[in-house]
Order: sequence, then C-alpha cells, then structure tokens
Amino acid sequence: MDGERMSVHPPQLYPAYRSTVLRAPSRPLIPLKPTLSEITGPLFGEETLGPFDDDLTRQHAGEPQGQRIIVAGRVTDGGGQPIPHTLVEVWQANAAGRYAHEADKHAAPLDPNFTGGGRCLTDGEGRYRFTTIKPGAYPWANHPNAWRPAHIHFSLFGPSHASRLITQMYFEGDPLLRYDPILESVPDPTARECLVAAFDTDLTEEGWALGYRFDIVLGGPGATPSEDA
Amino acid sequence: MTALPTPSQTVGPFFAIMTALGSNELVAPGAPGAMEIHGQVFDGAGDPVGDALIELWQANRAGRYAHPADDRELLLDPDFTGWGRCHTRPDGSFRFITVKPGPVPGDGEVLQAPHINVSVFARGLLNRLATRIYFGDEARANAADPVLVALGDDARESLIAAPDGPSAFRFDIRLQGERETAFFAI
Ligand SMILES: [Fe+2]
Repeated sequence: MDGERMSVHPPQLYPAYRSTVLRAPSRPLIPLKPTLSEITGPLFGEETLGPFDDDLTRQHAGEPQGQRIIVAGRVTDGGGQPIPHTLVEVWQANAAGRYAHEADKHAAPLDPNFTGGGRCLTDGEGRYRFTTIKPGAYPWANHPNAWRPAHIHFSLFGPSHASRLITQMYFEGDPLLRYDPILESVPDPTARECLVAAFDTDLTEEGWALGYRFDIVLGGPGATPSEDA
Repeated sequence: MTALPTPSQTVGPFFAIMTALGSNELVAPGAPGAMEIHGQVFDGAGDPVGDALIELWQANRAGRYAHPADDRELLLDPDFTGWGRCHTRPDGSFRFITVKPGPVPGDGEVLQAPHINVSVFARGLLNRLATRIYFGDEARANAADPVLVALGDDARESLIAAPDGPSAFRFDIRLQGERETAFFAI
C-alpha cells in the first residue's frame, strides 16, 4: 500500500506547487493495519440527491454559457469490481474560468445560470454520469503567468474510510496540461494519464453535447464492496 | 486484473461549492451525550489554515459503525450516520457537535480506545491526510489502544484531544513542524 501510494499518488511535498511547502507533513505517514475503523465508511442514499444534482446546466432559470458536455464513467476497485451506489461529488469553474465562490477574484464574469456543484450516486454497475458545461482555464498565483488547465474536481467515498478520494479530471488535448504543477505532481506518467478524460463518441449526443469518459479506480483495503453496501 | 488507483489531487480552495451536503453537527446540540470537538488547523509556520475541509467518521455511543461491515449486535441509531464535515474559518478553526464513540474492535481480541477517524483536505495538500482523535479522559483505554501504544510519545500526544470545558474537547491539527500531528497511511 505504501509503495503504491508512492508511485501513484503525488508526494506530500512538491515545491513547484508552492502551497505544499508549508502544508506538507514532514514526517512519513505511519502505516496502519486496517481495522473496522478503516474498512467502514459513510454510505449515502437517494435521499441525499436533489432533482438536478446530476445536471449542472439545469439548476437555474436559464441555461449556462459554454460548451455543453456529458462526463461519465465507472467507479471500480483495484480488482476491477464496480463500486455500486457510491456518492460522487463534483465542482468546477464556469465557462469563463470563474468559480461561484467569494474567494475567487479572477476578473472573468460570473454566470447567473451556473453554480458549478453537482452530485450523483453510481448505479448498480458503478456507472455515473453528469451533464455540465466545459469549465474554462483560470489563472492562479503559483508562478508567473500560471494557468490551471480546464478541470472538474471530483470527490468520492467508495465503501470505506480508506477508499476516500478527492481528485481532479482534466480534458484530453489541453495544451496547459504539461505546465500544470498539480497534475505534474503525479510522478508516474501512466497514472497521470488516468486523470485526463478522453473525448468519447459513444457518450457524445448528436446535436446536443460532447462526451468525455472518466473512469475512477479507488484504493483502500475495503475496496471490494459487500453485496448489500 | 488489477488497475492503478486514480491518483489524488488537491481539494483546492473552492470546495465550498460542493459542501452543501454534510454538517458539522453529527447530533443536534443538546442531544443525549452531545459534546463539542473544536480546534484549529496550523501550517508549518504556525499560521492558521483557513481553507481546510475536515471530515469525521465514527462509531455511535455503543461503538457500532453504521456500515454493513460492522455486523455486531450492538444498538444502531437510525438518526446517527457517524459522518460529518466542516470547513475551517479564516482563523483555521473548526467545530463539531457529536457524541463520544464507544470502543471498537481492533486486531484480534483487542479493543481500540474510543476514537474518531479524521480526513483533512486543503489547498496545498495533494493527498488526503488521515488521522484519529482520541480522548484525554480515557487514559486507561488509551494506554491499551494498539494503535496508540505503537507510536512515539510526540505522535501519541498529538492524537489526544484535551478536555476543554464541560462536554468539550480541543483537538488542533498541525500539518507540519515540530509538533506535527501524526498522520496514517490507510
Ligand atoms: Fe479548480
């Protein structure tokens, strides 16, 4: 597990991403043999979902600006088993690259028809699907002329406390990817590619929306779901 | 066939857009056994971390987790999920209202002392940090806890919340530095 963490996940300290310098723990993580505390975790049901939580283009009176997209994929464990009925949360900037958040001072317009937050549960086969708009790139203060590539933030719970994951999804072909220290912090190029969603003609809906596929693999000792989870 | 786990990325500064779900009150204030856990998150310079997301996962007062992997015959409370989240204020502070969990099984026959499982996310953290809150008024249980006894003094000390007034505990999280909180690989 620890070896896997080293190769797949970013290091704690990655100075090119400046905010890690004073926040990364300096001591190695302490190995913990999984107990009931780690193999259990919060479970969420349909009651946590509102009517348009999985369609970020329909949460307001009008439609948001931007390129309409469908983002969908499967959530599985490391053995390829689907993780059914698990909560997936997303949040993102609008098409202009601005978050509907008071701390975002980027001089780009807010969109009154876009908040940028969504959630859904995977189905019985671990599949999820969101309709949204493609987020814009946005500048940040990390280094001179720094721009985050377009991305959607993902939060997943999986079956246990150990499987909890927060990550970001990027878009295939974005020229900003190779300049982004947050994506580049993932040491293994193959693992890095797992964060880049591929354009997908099967998900693309004729005359309506472009499709992107983003599959997610959760780790953790409780990664094999129980039948009734 | 095994697949590579999806790599972690930072939660960034704008996660409040998704935190509409979840509360820092796992029980209502004044509910039987309700207590407060409060504290602050600090960075390596000792400055408050005002944009962290803290999540708790815990057993109920009887020591049972609301999860199918915990099939022991202990009372399950339908109103208590055992999960909560809170984002820190500009002064790095957070506050939860919850109950003290009962002891839960550890490896083999050994019971673990009452503890709450914690996830810490923030801008500048590329990975979720996992830690545990133990309770300063549980000295005997803590002394026998298999996770705590395996730690060095400083690491153990960093996980023990100090009683701080009636029905309240203080638990500070130091991400980096001399008094760094113990974080686990889980
Ligand atoms: Fe972002």
